[in-house]
Amino acid sequence: MSVLRVEGLHAGYGHIEALHGVDIDVAEGEIVTLIGANGAGKSTLLMSICGNPRASRGRIEFLGEDITRLPTHAIVRRGLAQSPEGRRIFPFMSVLENLQMGASTTDARHFDADLERVFTLYPILRERRQQRAGTLSGGEQQMLAIGRALMSRPKLLLLDEPSLGLAPLLVRQIFSVIREINVRDRVTVFLVEQNAYHALRLAHRGYVMANGKIVLSGSGQDLLANPEIRKAYLEGGR
Amino acid sequence: MGYFLQQLINGLTLGMIYGLIAIGYTMVYGIIGMINFAHGEIFMIGAFISIITFLALGLVGVGWVPLALLIVLLATMLLTSVYGWALERVAYRPLRSSPRLAALITAIGMSIFLQNYVQLLQGARNKPLQPVITGGMRFLEDGEFAVNFSFLQMLIIALTIALMIGFTLLINRTALGRSQRACQQDLGMAALIGIDVDRTISLTFIMGASLASVAGLMFLLNYGVIDFYIGFLAGVKAFTAAVLGGIGSVPGAMLGGLLIGLIEAFWSAYFSVEYKDVAAFAILVLVLIFRPTGLLGKPDVEKV
Repeated sequence: MSVLRVEGLHAGYGHIEALHGVDIDVAEGEIVTLIGANGAGKSTLLMSICGNPRASRGRIEFLGEDITRLPTHAIVRRGLAQSPEGRRIFPFMSVLENLQMGASTTDARHFDADLERVFTLYPILRERRQQRAGTLSGGEQQMLAIGRALMSRPKLLLLDEPSLGLAPLLVRQIFSVIREINVRDRVTVFLVEQNAYHALRLAHRGYVMANGKIVLSGSGQDLLANPEIRKAYLEGGR
Repeated sequence: MGYFLQQLINGLTLGMIYGLIAIGYTMVYGIIGMINFAHGEIFMIGAFISIITFLALGLVGVGWVPLALLIVLLATMLLTSVYGWALERVAYRPLRSSPRLAALITAIGMSIFLQNYVQLLQGARNKPLQPVITGGMRFLEDGEFAVNFSFLQMLIIALTIALMIGFTLLINRTALGRSQRACQQDLGMAALIGIDVDRTISLTFIMGASLASVAGLMFLLNYGVIDFYIGFLAGVKAFTAAVLGGIGSVPGAMLGGLLIGLIEAFWSAYFSVEYKDVAAFAILVLVLIFRPTGLLGKPDVEKV
């Protein structure tokens, strides 16, 4: 069953259109990645799935329901969470408060168990729970952003470049947690990445975006082996 | 010594009133980044609703002062928040994604509109109210002069402190306060974690208006006379207080209010009454030049 279905989506900022008819399909239990160069429209796609910027044309379905015209808070309350570009943790709140904010849409009875789960995935957050989030390192902020998204018990997790600006060891750690969330917690993941090599190895399927359109799609293995992909996104950088 | 103490009491009382108004400026600025110049008028409307309720209670014969005060307090908080809510809903929400200048001009327009609205409905004459709370404590008597700490001043100081404690707890300890702080720090992200941003902004206006209405009631009790124009000067002074304390910071607004009240009282007492407004506004200018983030304000930088 498809969790997320995007059909012919057009969206942009003001008069500038960034997405020119995008089709995406994410099935339950999958990790699907979206790769592409800077400015291809990847982040715009994630944000417009959440209703900001709003789709000017096309249709977005979440768990079979049309969410194209819903306000952002109503969309995420249906079980979709995003860890957005730039992490956007609340810098003047403590780590714990950030996680509490993530849980603002869920039943308070789950809170302790969910918190424990996030602390198990990222033990450093437990140590830093009373620290102001703005003073965390980049990697810790990324863990917090993912943790905050998980606190809402999402059925679908949208991740925007979780590896950006992190040291290789941390990148590996972030990716292994994404796999664990997918396998153990059965969260469907839609992952936007520039780090194509890691993303394609992790994902079941991938899409390639260029200039606001999907130009290629296939299984992670196929895309990794595709000579065009290798030339454009893989060789010269891992 | 006695004279100094008297000015301290007067300044504190005045500062409490400014502080309550300043919280409204600072919260609205914190959450949507605009200066709500009509907030002084909300304070004025709070004072008018108070006087109308007092007169109405007099007509139906509620004579017991504590009960009358409580009814007036609740009535003015409730009705004034409706004005605050409507102001945002009608004038500011449609402009939320427009340039900031549009919202600012609209705020000034709403300020003029509300002044004229009250002037039309209530007339331009001063509205006096018989003293409701009389008496006080006199101490340090020295010939002609004695320090007078009236029961009214005690009530104003105590009620303000109680409101500020309650309000601080609300902001720091409750889920509503957390949502509000989240919206202040990142409105878009707050929506992304499922917070109804429109509702939170409405609640901010409601809280700001109800605190300003209490200030209006206190102003009415303290001075005994109001007119449709009192919101202007009080509003600008409270705005100064918010800037002095650091716009966007709630403790800053309280501190700034107190300081402005004290400065005004001492300036009037030791220099000249005529120039007390100059003193307050000179501070606004100096703060904006030398410390634009105010005393407790946060600079707009964060670690990335």
